[in-house]
Amino acid sequence: MNKFSLSLLAVLVGFTAVAQSQETFGGQLHGNFQLDGQLYLRDEAIDPSGEFFPDERFLGQGYANFVYTQGDFSGGLRYENYQNVMLGFPEGYRGEGITYRYLQFKQDNLDVTVGSFYEQFGSGMVFRSYEERGLGYDNAMDGVRVKANPTKGLYLKGVLGRQRFYFEKSPGIVRGLDAEYNLTEFMPKLDSLGYRWTIGGSFLSKYQRGNDPFLVLPENVATGGIRTQFTKGPWAVQAEYAYKANDPSSDNGYIYKDGNGIIVNLTYSKNGLGLIAGAKRIDNMSFRSDRNGSTIDMLINYLSPTTQVHTYALPALYQYATQINGEEGIQLEANYKIKRKTKLGGKYGTLISANYSVVQSIDKQFVDPSNDTLRTLQGYTSDPLARGDIPYFHDFNFKVSRKVNKRFKYTATYLNLFYNRSVLEDGLGDEAIQVNPSNQKLLNANILVFEGLYKIKSKHYLRGEAQSLRTQDDRGSMAMMLLEYSVAPHWFFSVQDIYNYGNPDADQRLHYPLASVIYTAGTSRFQLSYGRQQRGIFCVGGVCRVVPPSNGVSFSLTTSF
Amino acid sequence: MKNILTALTLLFAGLSLQAQVLPSTTLKTLEGKQIDIKDAISTEGPTVISFWATWCKPCIKELTAFSDYAIDLEDEFGAKVLAVSIDDTRNSARVAPLVQGQGWDYTVLLDENQDLKRNLGIVNVPFTLVLNSAGEVVWKHSGYSPGDEETLAEVVEEVAAGKTPSH
Repeated sequence: MNKFSLSLLAVLVGFTAVAQSQETFGGQLHGNFQLDGQLYLRDEAIDPSGEFFPDERFLGQGYANFVYTQGDFSGGLRYENYQNVMLGFPEGYRGEGITYRYLQFKQDNLDVTVGSFYEQFGSGMVFRSYEERGLGYDNAMDGVRVKANPTKGLYLKGVLGRQRFYFEKSPGIVRGLDAEYNLTEFMPKLDSLGYRWTIGGSFLSKYQRGNDPFLVLPENVATGGIRTQFTKGPWAVQAEYAYKANDPSSDNGYIYKDGNGIIVNLTYSKNGLGLIAGAKRIDNMSFRSDRNGSTIDMLINYLSPTTQVHTYALPALYQYATQINGEEGIQLEANYKIKRKTKLGGKYGTLISANYSVVQSIDKQFVDPSNDTLRTLQGYTSDPLARGDIPYFHDFNFKVSRKVNKRFKYTATYLNLFYNRSVLEDGLGDEAIQVNPSNQKLLNANILVFEGLYKIKSKHYLRGEAQSLRTQDDRGSMAMMLLEYSVAPHWFFSVQDIYNYGNPDADQRLHYPLASVIYTAGTSRFQLSYGRQQRGIFCVGGVCRVVPPSNGVSFSLTTSF
Repeated sequence: MKNILTALTLLFAGLSLQAQVLPSTTLKTLEGKQIDIKDAISTEGPTVISFWATWCKPCIKELTAFSDYAIDLEDEFGAKVLAVSIDDTRNSARVAPLVQGQGWDYTVLLDENQDLKRNLGIVNVPFTLVLNSAGEVVWKHSGYSPGDEETLAEVVEEVAAGKTPSH
């Protein structure tokens, strides 16, 4: 069949598909909607002075996304609304409006987007714009993106625009280029030998006007990165290196030192065994489209943390977030499924996994300020081969999951955590810590979690969790119980209580009960909760925000179509 | 309350009546190859697309609970199961070792930039779609509670038989 008849066939098939479905103007409309609200109740036990109690008493926020696709064209928009923004979300979200809208044209080898978009180069060390709605993180680009596939195996991306800053735009302009070359597609011989090899490189520059009475600020700041992914059989290697030119910013204390970062991952996956070994080092890689930006605002790049994400409530109280000014660490992980019908594996097989990750400061030799002139301010020097001496975090955990019989399954987990509160909660810099290391607030904790799932009858399940966190530090030891009853596919009931029995302050040895009901119908979900929540740090993807304690009734409605 | 819920259910059931095909979106295989989701689905039988992430406990529970059903559904009805990971680059290197360590047999694809998730209007994972052999989305479900895998298996059987899913 020649090309012409193929495309004719494609057009015919396309028409039939359109004729069969009840679509809007011949295209496809997808979207989603979420609404959250909480009625806050005054609770003097968790918040004696009322500093966290909102004047509004009720806070609610929501958004809706619409994506319309017709043939090669698509377009979409998001409406957001914060009346007023809920506790713990960035205060910058106040008000309402259309914050995201785009038009896109996509044909075989070309993809053009104008308006808002999310994109990333490689692992994101040079560039990544993304959103994490649950966290209030959104650094969407507004501008133009072009993606092209000019020859087999070569993928190009170009971006130009400014980043979102709540209901405004960042002052700086971002422009970048990325190329990825899949050598396997280009050289079939590699493919036939079982090798898969990809290489890539990117370049990005930001422009922001600089008029400072004292500093000569670089208005154009360039970054670049190279990366590769190589797979052969069960083995895979991924590596990426990035470099950033001098970029004085409020993050790094307006020094002119350049930055760099490297991430390497080696993995093995075969026959029920999965192994990961990863290492990374970043030095002065904070990169924002506003040099004066802070917290989660206007970040151009993404420095992925190399620690495991925990979703059990007690280990999740102490989650790691990347220290963008510099850190180094390793991660080792093993997952193994012991085969079914063996002595150790039991009738259904048993899953075991172990993970160890550790992160510390990089070596920093601070330059004597009298030798560090204003024009060339370096701040510090760092030897990449020397170890840093401030421990930031470590996590060792071991997990066993086993299905005992048709009705019962369990998972048991042990974790040993170390968490540097001075660095991760108070944001203290290395220099301040080096001056007085004994002043650091540290946390060592041992955590045990047991989770069981029991099948009462078809589609009726009972799930329970018992958690214990033992520590002498911070808020002291805690215990937690959780019970969930679910009736598939619609109903879900849950009650839980965290008891902070070991709090050094006797008045704060409190219970934190929480009850929820969830109703699910297809793609819609309604949740109603009532209870008390303790102060915590809520993290997604290594970005965290502090959530104040609260008590009240909250609801959440989500749907997608 | 009951009336509101019924009304909501009817409203969303009405919306989901529209037969949808997947918007063309590029994903990655575990080996780093780019592939369009339209080329990954089955044309001979039903396709299950399950969106998940390595950090999402309910997702892993769902895929583990469903894995025994999936073997039978593949054998008996020619069904294909795609496990689309929305892990970002923090975790995408962990996907293959985790899949092996869980002993899953699914075709795993990466949606690192979450383009497909966004194009399909998905709020949170886990999220499951069932497509018929014509590539039309005939069933969708958000979230996971234990027992949902039984419903999903029933749906796939119905779709394979050319019926409209009853759930």
